[in-house]
Amino acid sequence: MLLVLLVVVVLNFLMLHLAPGDIADTIAQTMGGADEQDMAELRKQYGLDQPFFIQLFNYVVRVALLDFGHSHFYNLPVFDLIMERFPATLLLVFSAQILSLFVGILLGVYAAQNPNGLSSLFVNMFSLFGYAAPVFWTGILLLIAFSLHIPIFPVSGMRDITIESSNFFVHFFDVLRHLFLPMITLASIFFAYYSRLCRASMLEVLGADFVRTAKAKGLSKKDVLLKHALKNSLSPVITFAGLSFSAVVSGAILVETVYSWPGLGTLAFNSIISRDTPVLLGILIFSTLMVTVGNLLTDLTLKALDPRIKI
Amino acid sequence: MNKHFLKTLLLTATLIFTSLGVSFAEPKKGGTLIAAVGNSPRHLNPAVQSGIVTGFPGAQLFATPIRYDNNWEPQPYLAESWEISDGGKTVRLNLVKDAVFHDGVPIKSSDVKFSLETIKKNHPFKTMFAPVVSVETPDEHTAILKLSSPHPALMLAMSSQLMAIIPEHVYGDGQDPKTHPQNSENVVGSGPFKLVEFKSGEHIILERFDDFFIDGRPYLDKMVLKIIKDPATRTIGLENGEIDFYAFENVARNIVRLKKNDNLTVTPDGYAAIGPIDWLAFNTKDGKTADVNVRRAIAYAIDRNFILKAIMLGVADEARTGIHPGSPFYEPNVEPYNLDIDKANKILDDAGYKKGSDGMRFGLTVDFGWPGLKPNAEYTKAALKKIGIDVTVRASADFPTWAKTVSNHNFDLTWDTVFNWGDPVIGVHRTYQTSNIKKGVIWSNTQQYSNPKVDAIMEKAGVENDMDKRKALYSDLQKMLANDLPVYWTNTLPYHTIYSKKVGNPPMGIWATSSPMDMTYIKD
Repeated sequence: MLLVLLVVVVLNFLMLHLAPGDIADTIAQTMGGADEQDMAELRKQYGLDQPFFIQLFNYVVRVALLDFGHSHFYNLPVFDLIMERFPATLLLVFSAQILSLFVGILLGVYAAQNPNGLSSLFVNMFSLFGYAAPVFWTGILLLIAFSLHIPIFPVSGMRDITIESSNFFVHFFDVLRHLFLPMITLASIFFAYYSRLCRASMLEVLGADFVRTAKAKGLSKKDVLLKHALKNSLSPVITFAGLSFSAVVSGAILVETVYSWPGLGTLAFNSIISRDTPVLLGILIFSTLMVTVGNLLTDLTLKALDPRIKI
Repeated sequence: MNKHFLKTLLLTATLIFTSLGVSFAEPKKGGTLIAAVGNSPRHLNPAVQSGIVTGFPGAQLFATPIRYDNNWEPQPYLAESWEISDGGKTVRLNLVKDAVFHDGVPIKSSDVKFSLETIKKNHPFKTMFAPVVSVETPDEHTAILKLSSPHPALMLAMSSQLMAIIPEHVYGDGQDPKTHPQNSENVVGSGPFKLVEFKSGEHIILERFDDFFIDGRPYLDKMVLKIIKDPATRTIGLENGEIDFYAFENVARNIVRLKKNDNLTVTPDGYAAIGPIDWLAFNTKDGKTADVNVRRAIAYAIDRNFILKAIMLGVADEARTGIHPGSPFYEPNVEPYNLDIDKANKILDDAGYKKGSDGMRFGLTVDFGWPGLKPNAEYTKAALKKIGIDVTVRASADFPTWAKTVSNHNFDLTWDTVFNWGDPVIGVHRTYQTSNIKKGVIWSNTQQYSNPKVDAIMEKAGVENDMDKRKALYSDLQKMLANDLPVYWTNTLPYHTIYSKKVGNPPMGIWATSSPMDMTYIKD
């Protein structure tokens, strides 16, 4: 894991270094002009006048000491910037992942009961549509539908700052209202994966001997489906969910941009554009951490489903 | 008859008074303005950070000595009056007596001196205060600026976001003002609003400063600036009423769409001093574009009207020179280079650029500074094909990539948007001065254009205090530049302000939202 982190840091540092232009150019842009002395001074201040390997070495040493440095663009500690945004991304990513799993499995089970029927076809089409549509397009479409024409959800942000209530539940429901559309948008990409995987796996299990036994025992259809068949067909879905966790994190960048969701995605996007190396590297380290934790949770869930699995 | 007349008179009088009563109604106090901004500022201190993104919150947090009205006339602000003497080399500012910073400390002339010196040292626009040699502070409410030469740009340089008065007792503590922690939090300002919260990438919340030095102002209790990067999201927010106000909209499609909304007012007014101009810049030193004939032929082959109608959808204005059409110095009577393909071909034929067997004379590249100019670059390829120039459109991944290319002079043609920033000395001279050819610096004279006559006329105009004489000099300058054509100017960037009908007195001066919004209010 530490090795992975080191490779992530070195590779990203290299890639960012290869991109033309640096923070001095970006600052010149936000200023609407620049002065050559100021630009030289900035490069010196941020150590950008040093040779590449010295810059890299300095950075790796600092990260090893858990110092993520200061954002060149905002002049704020990177750790604070990330911590400010981290909860928002965590909320978005986990809720979307859980939603897409829940709905995907539900649809998969439903479709598996009548694999060649009309409803199965409908489920397939619906999930494929979500998979094929670009996520920013889905996002804007949902905004036009549910913020403009049927104005029930807000267009941007995570909370309404004009609310002056101290009641926890008022704020809780406010965040929930803001979360709804971004969550659906992000989840829409993964309905297809989960529902199709679940359907295929259910079909296989439904033909297995133990299901026939369960039916022969005279169990109700519901018990056969949920207790015997579903539990045994979930492993591939959960495994895949764990693997696709990194894709959910990267999908969050686009969703966050469309909905101005104040998470790590928008921060990452901005720091690439503004060549804010310390911030971007900090985010990458955190994403690596987040994906690792996601994988751990997957393993734990798998173990709970099938006690034969050892971690 | 008499009675009837009296009745009519009475009725008329009543009507007049009611209408007066309506139009001069005292703006309503209180309320919250929800505004959107497209980018997150680096920080909120305009003394060390220029640009329109910091300008909006910056002008609310910090007052300046002077402000401007809609007609380019300077008005008192933190300086209640001023006198210019000694042939323009001494400028005396008489400050408002009871002004205080947000922490209650009085604003003194020493703060003005400190602010000016900080700006002179740290602000990227070095021309603003270059001739200011010293600032004398004979008493707490008088600041006397001593100049080495007359400097007509000084008045604009002391207005709006360009000369924020910052507290010496906060920013003079020895830390580098550029990276001072109080640029982003616990900001101690001098303007109509004080900072409640700044969350980068999320929002800026401002609150009415009760001890602001203009009695009864500002009218608003609160301003919330939501940072929303996605233009489509912003547009939907304005349409469904979640956002009351957005300035600096420049996407033609969105402007046209929002104009159809009855609940919104969409106006191009208020951007004259910002002065954004779209243009096609030439590399005047290297390659084929070093030949003025090639530049002229290209200008004749590019149809400005096509850009205005098809790309800008009719919401932008024609700009024939490098000075914004809203500026008093704009000279429209220059060679306009209206579309003339035959003339363009003839110029190239006469200059000896023969067409090859494929109908092409030579190839050029065209870059563009930001995604909004991509259609212009693509149009350039199509337009110049007609005169036998094979254009390759080079797309840059992002701004720093493009800036590296152009500032190191590795280009033939590039589309760009450049701002006037008030006085020509601040934002216009830099593009054409020989002394400002600076490799690696974007928005310097990246064309590498050099004409001693042009240099001389700019130098003269920069120190001419007589407005009419100055206008004449800039008129000559614009004609000479149109002749040499280091840049082909096409149109203004169509900045528009969009606001809900419930917003009264939106900022319509020359500096748009980079000016104090102490008079803006929310109607019932």
